[in-house]
Amino acid sequence: MLSTLRDLFRYNREFAIGASLVLVIVALSVASFFSPYPAIRSYVVPPDIPPSWAYPLGTNSRGQDVFWQLSAAMRNSLLFGISVAFISRIISLAVGLTSGYLGGFADRVLMSINDSFVVIPLFPILLLFFFLMRDHMSWPLLALAMASLGWPYDARLIRSIALSLRTREFTTQSVFSGMSTRKILVEEHLPYVLPIVFATTMNNINWSIGLEVTLSVIGFTNIETPTIGTMIYWANQHTAMVAGVWWWVLAPVATVVMTFIGLFLLAVSMNEYIDPRSRLARMGA
Amino acid sequence: MRAYGIYILRRFGQFVLVVFIGINVAFLITHATPIDPVEQAIASATQFAYSEPQAVEILRQSLRELYGVEGTLWQQYVRFWTRLAVGDFGPSLSAFPAPVSALIGRALPWTIGLLTTSTLISWVLGNFLGGLAGYYRENRILKAIGIVATGLQPIPSYIMSLLVLIMFGFVWPILPISGGFQMNINTEFSFALVRSVVEHSILPVLSLVLITIGVWFIGMRSLVSNIVTEDYVLYAELAGVNRHRILTSYIMRNAMAPQLTGLTLSLGAIFNGAIITEFVFGYPGVGTLLVRAVGTGDYSLVLGITSVSIIAVATGVFIIDLVYPLIDPRVKLT
Repeated sequence: MLSTLRDLFRYNREFAIGASLVLVIVALSVASFFSPYPAIRSYVVPPDIPPSWAYPLGTNSRGQDVFWQLSAAMRNSLLFGISVAFISRIISLAVGLTSGYLGGFADRVLMSINDSFVVIPLFPILLLFFFLMRDHMSWPLLALAMASLGWPYDARLIRSIALSLRTREFTTQSVFSGMSTRKILVEEHLPYVLPIVFATTMNNINWSIGLEVTLSVIGFTNIETPTIGTMIYWANQHTAMVAGVWWWVLAPVATVVMTFIGLFLLAVSMNEYIDPRSRLARMGA
Repeated sequence: MRAYGIYILRRFGQFVLVVFIGINVAFLITHATPIDPVEQAIASATQFAYSEPQAVEILRQSLRELYGVEGTLWQQYVRFWTRLAVGDFGPSLSAFPAPVSALIGRALPWTIGLLTTSTLISWVLGNFLGGLAGYYRENRILKAIGIVATGLQPIPSYIMSLLVLIMFGFVWPILPISGGFQMNINTEFSFALVRSVVEHSILPVLSLVLITIGVWFIGMRSLVSNIVTEDYVLYAELAGVNRHRILTSYIMRNAMAPQLTGLTLSLGAIFNGAIITEFVFGYPGVGTLLVRAVGTGDYSLVLGITSVSIIAVATGVFIIDLVYPLIDPRVKLT
C-alpha cells in the first residue's frame, strides 16, 4: 500500500500535484482546531489590514483574521463535501449494484429513472427547497437534500461494472450455493466496485462544494457558519473588491480553486491506476 | 425510417418521464416540507406592523387560493398539473399583478440565447481541439491547451464568473459587466441595439464557455486516442488515405456520438451554471429572475421557474435526441 503510494507519487505527475494540493487543504482545515479566535466572532482584530507578518492573509472588514477564517471555512466546506459524497455514494451503490445485477426489466426501469435525475436541473430545485425551508435551513439538511439529488451519474457507472460482474463465474457459484441477492451484492460485488467508487467520491466532493459555494454566495444557505461560500458572501456584502480589500476575496477563491484542481487530479490519477489500459496508452503501447 | 420512428418514440417516452419525475420532485418538496408558504408569506407581510386579525384572515384565504393549497392532497396534485398544462402559475407577488408566465416568457429568450450560443461554441471548439490533441499527441501547443483545460474543468460556474468579472471589470475594464443591453438605448430594432446586446453577452458567454470547454476537450481527447489504435484507422493509413480525411471522417465522426450523448446528459448541469452566471452578470434571463424571486419571497414565481426549467431542459435533450441519428446512423438501420 505504502509503496504503491510512493510509486504513484514518483511516476504519476497528476497524482503528485493532486495529492500535494489536497494535503495543503487538509492541513489548512486541521489548523482551524488551533485557531486563537472562535470562527463566528467578529471584531477580534483590527479591520482591513493588508497581508503582513502579524496577519499572513490580512484581516477583513468584519474584524476577523482572514487566515483563521479561511481555515475554519475550509474545514466546514470539506466536511460538507465529504458528508454529501458519503450519503450519495450509498444511494448510487444501492441503485447501481441492484440495477446491474438484476438486469432486464428492473434494470431498464431503474436506469430510466436514473437518467431522468441526471437531466433534471438541480439548482432550481435546491432553490425551491431553500425557499421553503428558509430559517430552518441547516447544513445537515442541505447535505441530505444534495445527496439525494447527486447520485445518478455514478450509479450508472457502478451499474456498468455490476453488469459485467453478473456474468462472471463466481456470481453463478454464489447463486448456486444459495447466497441471498443482498449478500451477493454486498459481499461479492461491492469489493469490485469500491475502487471506482473511491475515485468518483473525489468528483462528488468537488460537485457538492461547488454547489455549496454557489448557494452560499447568493446568501441562500445558513450564512452564519463560515464556509468558503459564506466567506465570499460576506466579502461581497462588504463590497470588498470595490473597497480594495482584495485579499478577503482572493484567499477563499484561490483556496477553493486549489481544492477543486487537487481533488480532480486525484480522481483522474486514481482512475488511471484502476484502469491500466489508460496507463498503457500513456506509455505509448 | 420505421426504426427512426421507434427511436423517436422511445426518446419521447424518456422526455415525458423526465418531466414527470422533475415535476413530482417539485411537488414533493413544496408539500413534504413542514413549512407552509402561505404562513411564511403572511409572516413576512405582517412582520413590521400590526395587522387586523380579519385582514390577516382575508390575506390567508386569498393566498391559499393563489398558491393552490386548498383541498385534499390529491386535489392539490391534480391542480398542480392542470395549472402547469395551461401554463398558468398565477400572478407574481413581487411584480403584482404581472402574471408569472409573462415574466418567465420575457426572460426565457435571453437564457435560451445565452445557453445556445455558449454551448455551441464550447462543444464545437472543445471537441475540435480535443480531437486534434488526441491525434497529434506530440504537439506542444495542444499539450499546453490540455493542461489549461484540465485546470479549468473542475472550477464551478460561480468562481469562474467571478474571476471573469474581476478580470474584465476591475483589472482590464473593456466590456460591459452587467445587464442585457445598454440602459438608455432605444429598444427598437437597430444596429446599435444588436451591437449592445452582443457586447453585453460576451462576458457571460465567455464564462460559460470556459466552464464547459474543458469537459469536451478532455473527453474528446481520450476518445480519439482510443480510436486511433483501432484496426480500421491503421488500415486507412496503410491504404494511403490522407491524414486530414482520416482525422475528420474516420476518427472524429465516430467520437462525436458519445460526445453528443454526453451533451444531453450534462444539459441540466449546464443550465445550473447558466443560472448563477446570469445572476453574477445581471443578465435579464430566467436565472436572475429566479434568484430575485427567492430573495423577494415570490412563491408562485419560484415554483413557475422551477417547473419551466425542468421542461425546458427536457425539451433541449429531446431536440438533441432528434438530430442524434445524423451523427450516428446506426439508430436508423437497426
